[in-house]
Amino acid sequence: MSKATLQVWEVFIQPKTGAHFQHMGSVHAADKEMALQNARELYTRRQEGTCIWVVRSENIVSSKPEDNDSFFDPADDKIYRYPTFFKVSKKVKDL
Amino acid sequence: MASGNLFQYVLSIGDDALITAQRLSEWAYRAPFLEEDIALSNISLDMFGRANLFLEYAASLKGNDTTADDLAFKRNEREFTNKLLCEQPNGNFADTMIRQFFLDTFNKLFLIKLIDSNDDQLSAISQKAIKETNYHIRHSSKWVIRLGNGTAESHAKVQLAIDNLWMFTEELFEMNENDIQMKQQKVGVDCTALKPQWDIIINDIFLEARVKMPQDLYMTTGGRHGLHTEHLGHLLSDMQYLQRAYPDAKW
Repeated sequence: MSKATLQVWEVFIQPKTGAHFQHMGSVHAADKEMALQNARELYTRRQEGTCIWVVRSENIVSSKPEDNDSFFDPADDKIYRYPTFFKVSKKVKDL
Repeated sequence: MASGNLFQYVLSIGDDALITAQRLSEWAYRAPFLEEDIALSNISLDMFGRANLFLEYAASLKGNDTTADDLAFKRNEREFTNKLLCEQPNGNFADTMIRQFFLDTFNKLFLIKLIDSNDDQLSAISQKAIKETNYHIRHSSKWVIRLGNGTAESHAKVQLAIDNLWMFTEELFEMNENDIQMKQQKVGVDCTALKPQWDIIINDIFLEARVKMPQDLYMTTGGRHGLHTEHLGHLLSDMQYLQRAYPDAKW
């Protein structure tokens, strides 16, 4: 099968129930089922997850590097946006 | 219970897994693309793991310090009792997927029954193996559907693979003398009884793949009696090379 008939899919794994899905990387696949299986083969060999998401890479909307100034820099001097003034209970593990 | 019979029974199931594993491992570095290469290698490793469990058990039944490695690497072609379908060459990707789909479907039905075995060890191994097999069948069956509905070429190749390998399918459900004894002792599985269910699963996937089930083809058999196709000898010469050239070599 040539790469031309395969698409790139992004793989997200949920490490444990209730946790955030984390981006793991990508896989090649021709359809949804193959993407899920290939993700399972590549990223859960050591029981890393409880759930897998796969998303066609082309369906992800990404900002561009040239947008970085306008997107991210304005947060630079706005310290009040950081939640560092709150005390977090030590019992909270997954914040 | 005559343990000689149980030994042969366990050994045969182990041989099926071992030869299937060795065949699949031949795809490593040669699969159509990276992800599939890893998938086939993982499935091969699952089958090696299963072969190891069965052969270790068989070795313990044989006694005399026999090891699983002795059974894997120091027996000749005629002493292997795997079913013929397991040893059939990888051919093209469709050939491999059809072989695996036939085997995976059989293994699933077989292992579900073997879980109920009176023999604790066989039951425990099956419980572990069935989870993997459920995944294997998902992998191979989806490929059969994909190839059947792919291009004219993939459709023709998957149909040809079915026609070529069909002759080995009846042997999966055969019961020899020992199998019958094992079944009577509630240790073994009645393979004959698995055929109708196997037909249903195969037929469902074939319908989805738009391929035809062959009718009235000549069927061949012999694996359980050590009578193999010409392919097993070549597979063994590869698999056993190191132990034959350097006896008792260790890692």
